[in-house]
Order: sequence, then C-alpha cells, then structure tokens
Amino acid sequence: MTAHIEIKDVVKRFGAATVIDHLSLSIDPNEFMVFLGPSGCGKSTLLRMIAGLESVDEGTISINGQRIDNLPPGQRDIAMVFQSYALYPHMTVADNMAFGLRNIGISADVISARVTEAGRMLEIGHLMERKPGQLSGGQRQRVAIGRAIVKEPKAFLFDEPLSNLDAALRVRTRVELAQLRHRVKSTMIFVTHDQIEAMTLADRIVVMNNRKIEQIGTPMEIYSRPATRFVATFVGSPAMNFVDATLDTSGTNVTARFAGGVSVETDIGSNQLGDGKYTFGIRSEDVRVAPVGQGNAEGVVDVIERLGERTLVYARLGDGQQVVGSDAGNSPVAVGDRIGLAFDGRKSHLFNEAGHAWHARGV
Amino acid sequence: MAEQLTLPQTATPAAGVRVPSADIYAPKWRNFIFVAPYLFFFTTLLVFPLFWGIWLSFHKADTFSTGKFVGFGNYIRLFNDKVFLQSIWNTFYFVGLTVPALALIGLFLALCLNRRTRSAAVLRTIFFSSSVLSVTIVTLIWRIVYIPNNGLLSIVYGWFGATAPSFISDPNLAMIGIAIATIWWCIGLPMMLFLSALQQIPQDIYEAAALDNANRWQTLRSITLPSIKRTFVLVIIIQIVLQFQLFGQPWLMTRGGPNNLTKPIVLYIYDTAFRRWDLGLGAAASEILFILILIAAMAQYLVTRRKGEL
Repeated sequence: MTAHIEIKDVVKRFGAATVIDHLSLSIDPNEFMVFLGPSGCGKSTLLRMIAGLESVDEGTISINGQRIDNLPPGQRDIAMVFQSYALYPHMTVADNMAFGLRNIGISADVISARVTEAGRMLEIGHLMERKPGQLSGGQRQRVAIGRAIVKEPKAFLFDEPLSNLDAALRVRTRVELAQLRHRVKSTMIFVTHDQIEAMTLADRIVVMNNRKIEQIGTPMEIYSRPATRFVATFVGSPAMNFVDATLDTSGTNVTARFAGGVSVETDIGSNQLGDGKYTFGIRSEDVRVAPVGQGNAEGVVDVIERLGERTLVYARLGDGQQVVGSDAGNSPVAVGDRIGLAFDGRKSHLFNEAGHAWHARGV
Repeated sequence: MAEQLTLPQTATPAAGVRVPSADIYAPKWRNFIFVAPYLFFFTTLLVFPLFWGIWLSFHKADTFSTGKFVGFGNYIRLFNDKVFLQSIWNTFYFVGLTVPALALIGLFLALCLNRRTRSAAVLRTIFFSSSVLSVTIVTLIWRIVYIPNNGLLSIVYGWFGATAPSFISDPNLAMIGIAIATIWWCIGLPMMLFLSALQQIPQDIYEAAALDNANRWQTLRSITLPSIKRTFVLVIIIQIVLQFQLFGQPWLMTRGGPNNLTKPIVLYIYDTAFRRWDLGLGAAASEILFILILIAAMAQYLVTRRKGEL
C-alpha cells in the first residue's frame, strides 16, 4: 500500500501570520520526499497538515485521489514518527506498538504477528516488555518507527526524527532508515533542517524558506543547480561562494570580472542574461588552490579547515571579498600565505538581484 | 648532599599521592541559619507537642495539674466509651463519603476545564473560590441551604411539590449533609492538582494517540488516566489526612448530633479535653487519631507502590 499525495494551493495561518502561503506539491507513490529548510520555514507545519494535526485554511490535500484534509488524523491511513518520539510512557514497547491496531479492532493474532515482525526488523525484540523510560534514545527512536511500521500505512511522516540523537547514533540511524525504506514499500515524507540527512535519504528534496517552496529536485539537482541563491546558501557545506562581479557579455559566454582585475570565463551563454546586477557563485570544490601566478585570482589565506580528505582554504581576494577554495588533505598552505585561486568557470553560477540562478552548462 | 636529595621529596608529595583540597561538598554549617527559623517552629509547635501529647495520654491530667501515671488506663477507658467508638465510625464514614467524591469530582472538573478558553478560566476560578472561604462561612451557607421550610433546598423541592430531606436533623442524612458541604468547600484543591497534572502531559502523546485512531474514551483510559496516576494517589492521601481531621463543619452545623451520629474524633477530643477537661483521655484519643491517619496514609502509599509505577 502506498500513497500518491497531492497538495494543492494550501494556506495555513496562525492568527494574522501566514505560515504556508499557497503551496502546491505532488509526492509520488513510494517516493522518499524530504522537506528541508531553516527553522520557522513552515516545513513541520506542512507535515502536520498532512497528518491532520493542523487544520488546512485553504486548498486541499489528497491521497490517491481521495481528499483527506477534512478527515481526522486516525482515518488518513498514515503514520508519523515524532521528534520527541511521543511514546506512551506507561505502556510497554509491545503495547506502544499495538495500541493503534487495537483501537481499530485488529485481531490479537495479527497484532502479535506484526509487532513481532517489526521488533525483529528493528532489532528491538528483546525490549518488548520494557517501558520507554527504561530505553536509550536510540531504542526509543526504533520503537517509534516500529509503532509506525506495524500500522502498515500508506505513508510515513517523519518530523525531524534524528535531531534528538547524538552525532554517532544519528549517522547510524540515518543509514538504517535508508535501508528500511527499501524494505518497507511506502511513501515517506521526512522533515529536517539537516542538509546531510536530506541529501543522503531523499529521492527528491523540497527546499522551503519563508512559507514557500524554493526548489523541488533530486539531491544532486538541488546541490548542483540550485534554483535560487537561498538554496545555494542553505545546501552544501561550506555554503557556495558569492562574489560581486561585473559581467562581460561581449563573447558567446559570459565573463565575470571581480575587483582587482580577476576574470573568469563562465560556461553560461551571454544571450541568456537580462540587464541588472549579478553575483557570481561557485562551490568551494570548484575553486582550486594553486601556486601564485597560476589560476585566475590571488588571495591571502585567512583560515584553514583541515577535513582530512581535503582542506578548505578561506582566502581574501584583493578587494577584501572572502572565497573558500579547496586543496588536498595534506595541503602545505598556512594562514597568511599568498596563494593563487583557480575558478572553474564550467561549474559556475550567476544570480540576479532577485536571487534567481543561471547555471553553467557543465553542472 | 643527602639532605638536598631528601628535602624536595618531603616538600612535594610523590606522584599518585592525593593532595587534600577543599571539598566543595563538605557541609557548611553557616547554612544552618537558613533552616533554623523553620526548625525552631517545627520543633516547638510540632515535635514537642507530639511527644508531650504521648506523655499526657499515659497520665490522669486536667488543666491545673498532671496527675499520676495511669499507664494504658486512658486508652482502656477510650475503648470502653461507646461515644468514642461511635466517633471513630463517624470519622471513617465521613472519609468514605468525601474522599472518593472529592477525587472523582475534582478529576471530572479538571478534565472539563482543562482548556485555554476564557469560560474555562472563569469556571476554574469559580470552582476554586469556595476553598478560600472559612469554615464558618461555609457552614453558614449550607445551614441556609438546609433550613427546613425556607432553605434553598426546600424552595427547590417545593417547585416540584416535594419535601426536602432534612439533612441536619435526620440521623441517616446528617453526615451526608456535612459531607456535601465539605465537598463543595474542598473541591478546589483536588481540581487544581489534577489540572496541573493534566497540563504536564505532553501534547505530542495526544497527537500520537489521534494518529493511532484512539477515540475520546480510549484516549482518556489509555493516555490521560495512567499519566495522572501519581496525582490521583497524592489527592487521595492529602484528602484522607485532611478529612480525618473533620471538626468545624459538624461543630457549627450539628454540634455532633443527632445522638452523636455526626461527632467525629476531633470533636470528641475537643469535648473531652476542653469541655470536660479530661486532658489525659483527650490526649489518648489524639494519639489514636494520629495513628489512624498515619496508617491510612501509609496503606494508601504502599498499596499504590506495590502495583509499581508510582
């Protein structure tokens, strides 16, 4: 059982504040969709509207063509995993999982079989008689997922389920979730503000900001071809470099010129652009550190971050703008060094004043 | 040379030897002055009278002198006194009438009024307001309600052509009448305790229950009630301890009558010690009450603990 979820033109207001503003979205059957955005962008509210925990002020939400926004949460055939897990504290693990099934009158045999199977799948079979207070954070998390699985719902909703786990457990649970989604064939919606969770888990990501969708796309589309400057900033670590540039559109391709006589030929056609001011954007991995005199710019190293497999070099250009470039893990560069920077124009982006993006053909 | 070698060894301790440092958890006795005022009143007004009362109960005493030691004589007299035995029964009967009612009605009100609306806030205030009244006012109000012929109850019954039950003078109804007045007076505290417990239940558990298809009854039975079990026990214990000390209401409404049927232990103690000036007997009755309250509270506590999850 799986769900095709159609969100049409929904609006949500809390008093005078609009938190979701005429938003439309279609989620395919069996798709793993991640809502990504900063705090307060409306992603959790949207999830709760799908769950039925928040009302819909305008617009409709339907699953497999049937409108659900007027149904109570229990009748939408969906399951949700909460950030706080929301386990029933006085019930055992087994009862936590069975509660929803008992409420709809499923026979004890079926309940027992499903709970046992979920316990086996999530490796919590030995915890069945414990209460949530006797479990670790990671175990509670599994019980919460188990409680969702036993319902065999059309869609799973996850509201930042990993944010209460410590760093190591978060990575492990993320991998397990990725495995789980292939075992449990169902539509999944996952809300997070963590871009790594979004990139690693999603089939498609919905990047949200300020009550609206900024971009919908596969993780690599979002990363490589961010539709707006916000997406380019929010996705990717470190964030994309933005350099104020003047554009030379006399050739076939745009050439971006920075203060200090730097020029980078992009792979963006000159005829695509309109008038107005543009900002040149490029990811740190597309700015290579080079010996002075090689590359298209020079800078002085401010900060060095050694990540092991590569080194991030924060360099200041002649006009004071900072650019992050990358070098090999064992880079000999030191703070205060003068270095050359090679901008790869085939991987560059241009953003107009409204934040809309143009991408080089190579990305 | 030998001295030069040994000196540094004695001056600095060898590696691994713990150097004593200030223990931050060591008691600081000057902090005692913060608890001293309370301790003074606790000792002089509670601990000392408790032991003095025990001592008195073994003596034949009146207001002017503490007479001779009588051993368990006072206690033997007590248990041969039909009025005292009646007062014990009366007290248990009263506790049995009021405590379950206070807990259940308090819970019901709290469930009804646990919402953020203005009307709920107003009603919470109204239901709690009776608790701030003194026993004199409460009994005055209820005597007016119960007055035969002209009382509120008679008027209401009169509308239906019926005669109101005489709650003050009917031997079968007098204690029930006092219990009703007491429940009306004391309902505020249980309600508030239940409200605060209800407000501590995380909202997301209810959301999870809604997604789990739980209807209102299933949510109440499986989520709300188990979550406030501790408070339920607390309310029961507090009310048992409070209601065992019944005094003002029967004293002001019925004077213990008719025929001692509404005379609780405290009223018996008062009569014995301060009207008949038999302080030793009164002290013995006080100790019985003390033990009864202690047993009731401990039993309640232990029974709930044995089931686990207190």
